[in-house]
Amino acid sequence: MKENVTPTPKLDVATDVLPNAWRRAAIVAALIAALALPFVLKSFAVFQLTMAMIYAMAILGLNLLTGFNGQFSLGHSAFFAVGAYTAAIMIESFGIDYYWTLPAAGLICFAFGFLFGLPALRLEGVYLALATFALGIAMPQILKSTPLEPWTGGVQGIQVTKPDAPFDLPLTSDQWLYYVSLAIGLILAVGAANLVNSRSGRAMIAIRDNPIAARAMGVNISLYKTLTFGLSAFYTGVAGALSAVVVSFVAPDSFTFVLSIGLFVGLVVGGVGSIWGALFGGLFVLFVPNFADQISKGLAGAVYGVILLLLIYVMPSGAAGLIRLIARQVAINRR
Amino acid sequence: MELFLHQVIAGLATGAIYACMALAIVMIYQAIDTLNFAQGEMAMFSTFIAWQLMQWGLPYWGAFVVTLAISFAAGVAIERLAFHPLRDAPVLTHLVIFIALFAILNSAAGFIWDFTIKPFPTPFGTQPLLGSGLISAHDAGMIAISLVILSLLYVFFRYTRIGLCMRAAASNPVSARLVGIRVGWMVALGWGMAASLGAVAGMLIAPVVFLEPNMMLSILLYGFAGAVLGGLSSPGGAVLGGFTVGVIENLAGTFIPYVGRELKLPIALALIVAVLTIRPRGLFGSRLVTRV
Repeated sequence: MKENVTPTPKLDVATDVLPNAWRRAAIVAALIAALALPFVLKSFAVFQLTMAMIYAMAILGLNLLTGFNGQFSLGHSAFFAVGAYTAAIMIESFGIDYYWTLPAAGLICFAFGFLFGLPALRLEGVYLALATFALGIAMPQILKSTPLEPWTGGVQGIQVTKPDAPFDLPLTSDQWLYYVSLAIGLILAVGAANLVNSRSGRAMIAIRDNPIAARAMGVNISLYKTLTFGLSAFYTGVAGALSAVVVSFVAPDSFTFVLSIGLFVGLVVGGVGSIWGALFGGLFVLFVPNFADQISKGLAGAVYGVILLLLIYVMPSGAAGLIRLIARQVAINRR
Repeated sequence: MELFLHQVIAGLATGAIYACMALAIVMIYQAIDTLNFAQGEMAMFSTFIAWQLMQWGLPYWGAFVVTLAISFAAGVAIERLAFHPLRDAPVLTHLVIFIALFAILNSAAGFIWDFTIKPFPTPFGTQPLLGSGLISAHDAGMIAISLVILSLLYVFFRYTRIGLCMRAAASNPVSARLVGIRVGWMVALGWGMAASLGAVAGMLIAPVVFLEPNMMLSILLYGFAGAVLGGLSSPGGAVLGGFTVGVIENLAGTFIPYVGRELKLPIALALIVAVLTIRPRGLFGSRLVTRV
């Protein structure tokens, strides 16, 4: 059995090769571009970018679990669904404002993830993948089931009213939600980066790389593993709640295992163990299926599969890994 | 009592299919240490090939044998082309390869043969067997064919030289290589056999669930449940696990009111999680000891 599931990634993209000033310039430029985009693009493109950021948040959650703690999950659509339904039910049944639903959805998912993390302690590798896969498949059926129907609306799902921009800002609702998602995404990403570089983060990574050595160093493995599961679910739940607001509709069939697999693919394509790779993963999850659909309506799935295979051949360590490689090469050439 | 017996036997019939899938899963797992999530789609594609051959006028058993041969070749080819170049990559990458295969096969089948539901013939007929009313001829045929194939496989692995080589390659690749066994080709052979086994399962279950590109998804899951229940390191256990899952599924669907029918799939999944939690190596699996 292979213990080490991921190539040991560097904690931060290219810290060791790019000078600090360059990195800072790149981050500022990216931020300005991100702030300007909603005024340049069409409304639908803004909506798509918002969704890509939401997927990126969910992938970031998955990355904390898989990339930094070495636990698999093919069931994150379940946490996404719980987050989305929490938000939808709070908004529609109780009339609570949407911004309050985000932390609530996160906390409920944290508890749910923490509880699921307990049995997951006994599982490793593909076994854990299988158990979480089961969770992902079961969730839509549970949401559709009759006892929950008064809350979830059964197969019909729930319509959610889309909020307008506050304080009479001259923004459309799509533009406003883009900025909300951008802000939350940044907070989550910075939080994750700080966590990973902290004492707790090192404990998480130590568990991934060598559980026995980690235990010998005094790391409480069970606690860290379940907490990471909870935290991962928290991230994904917040993303789910945001998606409910942005799409303004939730239904059981939007959260099938296809979503889980999409997030998982986004994780691997973006780069396992890379915080910023999640953004690329989110873009991949949203745009590549559309792109495949444009190439051939009937063979969309096949085109998607072939693109996926090619990407895995060309960049086995994901987009973040590729960028790291190129940056290193550039640095070497300049010497 | 009559109803109970009836349900148990019907459960054994579907259980035979799950047993074939479970065994196919275990065969690939033994060779490459990963679950093949595309196993069901490979079986579905094989079943479509059989259907196409029959449309072209081949008799049932002719199509059956030709399909097994094609599936075998395709299984070997998939291993050589898609999997072999990345065999040393991390498990995450392997899972992505399977997901890609899944998407390609599913979409290609839908494109070639479209998504409408097609009936699939059965060579046994649907009348009750010997007029007893307990079991239909097709159910009896499913059980019989599965058992024949499973015993053939047992004989193959137990008494032939190449079967021995395959077991050696699976249990200790390095030593097997040192005594001159071509481990890479043994793995490819395992893929081919697993693909044929899946084809058998697909062709036998198709008259029951009807032929369409998504027909194997839930069957694959029950196969996983069977394999996990019996233990991924034990082929015999996986077969037994497959039969058990078939019976449990049928009894739960009949006797647990409401929950049984609506949540049939989650029950199988709850079974997976429960077994994994209580006994991670499955009922008959051997304990895995890793050296540090």
